[in-house]
Amino acid sequence: MAIELTINGKAVALDVPGDTPLLWAVRDELELKGTKFGCGIGLCGACTVHIDGVAQRSCITTVAAVSGKDITTIEGLSETGEHPLQQAWVAVQTPQCGYCQSGQIMQAASLLATNAAPTDADIDEAMNGNLCRCMAYARIKKAIKLAAAGEVEANV
Amino acid sequence: MSKTSQQEMTGRPENTKGVSRRGFMIGATSAGFTLAFVPSALLTATPAQAMAQKLFEPTIWYAIAPNGEISVNITKAEMGQHVGTALARIVAEELEANWADVRINHVDTEDKYGLFVTGGSWSVWQNFDLLSRAGAAGRASLIEEGAKLLGEKPSACVAENSYVVCKGKRISYGDIVAKGDLTRTYSDEQLASLPIKAPNERKLVGMQTVANDIPAKTDGSAVYGIDATYPGMVYAKPMMPPTRHGSVVKSVDDSAAKSVAGYQQTLVLDDPSNTVPGWALVIADSYHAAQRAARVIKIDWQAGPGAQVSEADLLKRGAELLEGTSGSLVIDNEHVDHMFQAADSVLQASYTTNTVLHFQLEPVNAIGLQKDGRWELHTGNQWQSLILPTLGQALGVAPEKVVMRTYMLGGGFGRRLNGDYGVPALLAAKALGKPVKVVFSREDDSRFDSPRSASVQNVSMSFDANDNVTAMQHAAAAGWPTAAMAPFFLGPGANGEKFDPFSINGANHWYDVGAHRVRAVMNDLANETFRPGWLRSVGPGWTNWALESFMDEAAHKVGVDPVEFRMRHLTAKGANAGSAPNSVGGAKRMAAVLKRVAEKAGWGSDLPKDEGLGVAVTFGQERDMPTWTGVIAHVHVDRDSGKVTLKKLNVVIDAGTIVHPDGALAQTEGAALWGASMALHEGTEFVNGQVKDVNLNSYTPMRMADVPEMDIEFLDNGHQAVGLGEPATTAVGPAIGNAVFNAVGARVRHLPITADAVKAALS
Repeated sequence: MAIELTINGKAVALDVPGDTPLLWAVRDELELKGTKFGCGIGLCGACTVHIDGVAQRSCITTVAAVSGKDITTIEGLSETGEHPLQQAWVAVQTPQCGYCQSGQIMQAASLLATNAAPTDADIDEAMNGNLCRCMAYARIKKAIKLAAAGEVEANV
Repeated sequence: MSKTSQQEMTGRPENTKGVSRRGFMIGATSAGFTLAFVPSALLTATPAQAMAQKLFEPTIWYAIAPNGEISVNITKAEMGQHVGTALARIVAEELEANWADVRINHVDTEDKYGLFVTGGSWSVWQNFDLLSRAGAAGRASLIEEGAKLLGEKPSACVAENSYVVCKGKRISYGDIVAKGDLTRTYSDEQLASLPIKAPNERKLVGMQTVANDIPAKTDGSAVYGIDATYPGMVYAKPMMPPTRHGSVVKSVDDSAAKSVAGYQQTLVLDDPSNTVPGWALVIADSYHAAQRAARVIKIDWQAGPGAQVSEADLLKRGAELLEGTSGSLVIDNEHVDHMFQAADSVLQASYTTNTVLHFQLEPVNAIGLQKDGRWELHTGNQWQSLILPTLGQALGVAPEKVVMRTYMLGGGFGRRLNGDYGVPALLAAKALGKPVKVVFSREDDSRFDSPRSASVQNVSMSFDANDNVTAMQHAAAAGWPTAAMAPFFLGPGANGEKFDPFSINGANHWYDVGAHRVRAVMNDLANETFRPGWLRSVGPGWTNWALESFMDEAAHKVGVDPVEFRMRHLTAKGANAGSAPNSVGGAKRMAAVLKRVAEKAGWGSDLPKDEGLGVAVTFGQERDMPTWTGVIAHVHVDRDSGKVTLKKLNVVIDAGTIVHPDGALAQTEGAALWGASMALHEGTEFVNGQVKDVNLNSYTPMRMADVPEMDIEFLDNGHQAVGLGEPATTAVGPAIGNAVFNAVGARVRHLPITADAVKAALS
């Protein structure tokens, strides 16, 4: 039986086994490749999406568990790719290889949604589950602060 | 492997430095005008003939279209270093191009592009002069042709911002291409005589810019190998054999998998290239189905060599090998033995490092398929020219029958210099007669990694009665990636034995230490058990750990400040005087970064209890491409637990000319934190022939909360541009170790530095 959910504002029906990780459904059934596979056990954060607005690890979330829910992926964060965090990421020249950055941005967006002015400690706590193997951490933190402060345009 | 391709694969073709024996050709093609280097002898060919006969050497070519778009072809892999931006800006600088007109085109493998390798921090260093000349030749021809179209003399015209301007009139590059005829040839002498800008005239090189690859990495649109798809493809997940080498599949029981929706079959691979012995692939309609099936498939293997090997075995074997005299003498000055015999005192210490994983975040993957009589491999890779002959061997075809399609790399760090992961995709595509996408799980990726080998090193120094250094010996044993994968690269030692230069670089340092001997030994048990890999900097990752820890120990032995002790031995005399163009100034430049980093870090000032500064310097990877790097680490040590907290890293680098300053800074930030991560957070061990830590539940690279304050400075001095991707990686570990000693008096000689080891050294 197909599982119905909403992805980036569009209703979809997925005809896959209920235990399929949301990650693979998003990537291979819905062809949204911006959400990445890193560890498969929820510890790297590359697969982070929003489920009803909250950052979650799609690699350890089954499609059955998100039936009827509202999913946002990096492709849906902003129609134009101009979310303040995305602008800040460019302004700070944050990505190196970039593979983790969809997850980093989705995690950061979830943080800013509940904490508009995070401290360094808040950012460390929220972002510590997102591995950046290129170790662009200082720039990730800087970009989050820039976006939070609403100062991106001045810096672009 | 053909003779030519072997020669090409020496990584740094001899023609990459300078423009000797080559000319330059500009000719009309369907895309506008193409500008490329050609061998001088072939300058009489037309561009069309040159293209047809693959005579271009276009690792350094670009094209200008009638609409003014300038496409620069890049053969280097984009893996986070923004290499296309750096290389294209060198061309655009001399071409006087408007940067907004420049497009970067990461090309697929073709013979005509020459060598494909991205490693060793070589890209900018190798290409700076050539790309400058290519840009200058384009500029000169555009001025000539633009002047003609405007009815002026070339001498009255200048090029700027993609226009040729003559006495107030101007014409765009696009219009020149559309209306004029740029066809030209330049001999190598003419190329060499073209004016190249002085550093103070540059408008792009050395200036800040937005890296071309970054926007697509913020909205999910960047396409990595794992994102590639192909019509009709099936998915495959590997079943990892018990050993890297020599495993054989005895039987497969997939009865329980037959009820898994989407499961197709388990394919045992027959691999003529012997890259993936004992491999089976679970084939399914989707990757998830392959994963589900793999969990219930049972395979009985006959294990190959090394199935019982542990990390302790590897280290023990290394130590045994160092006790003898085997291996290659990389440096063997006269009188070393005499100096040690005649010494007033001798200091000796041994250093070890554990196995380290690459753990690039995108697990390796590839699509194999056959199309139009050729095989295609869709994957991200750093050294296509190395693996193509192996891919051909696996398929039983000539390497020219295989093309590698280029994608972004979700991390390289040297893992993707070894393209072994492409072999199973092509073997499966051949066996099944359809496109196959192989995706490694994280655990598969870790088990199949070619990790940084464990190492064992003995270092000793002899002193006279006045505590002057009279001789030094450094012997290192480790698994040698180059012996496993690129044996044509092994160099001959003074005793005729071959050595892996990448596995001993660093020990051939720039200090004056009297009679000097460096010995490199391949840890045969390591090479037998696994495939050792090139990991960010390779050998200096361990040689600097030993060398720079030892320099501190030697300083303390003779009661001299560790910065001052190093300074005394950086005399820049004799072999350490340096030479043009790459190492002008020699060890003086290392002394300069050391002095500067010591000033910046407040070396010698008082610190709170249980805190310390530690210093280390390095010249990067290779003596003929020195990137002078000084690091001072500031740590706090908890005496009760032994836990080391890295508070700050000061880094000062002299890499000559900096092409893309923000990219250089980003590379150095990442490299420095890699060094810190390998020193304090990473490291695994072999257990029964496999790495123990295969995922993030136990392999624990640095996270955001662990990041220290960083202060990074470049001494930009207009010297030859050298490499920046790696150097900071290898000085951070010993700087931390030395800081631990200065904080609490505990000397650690093993990487990673564990809290337990610090505690043990304290008691």
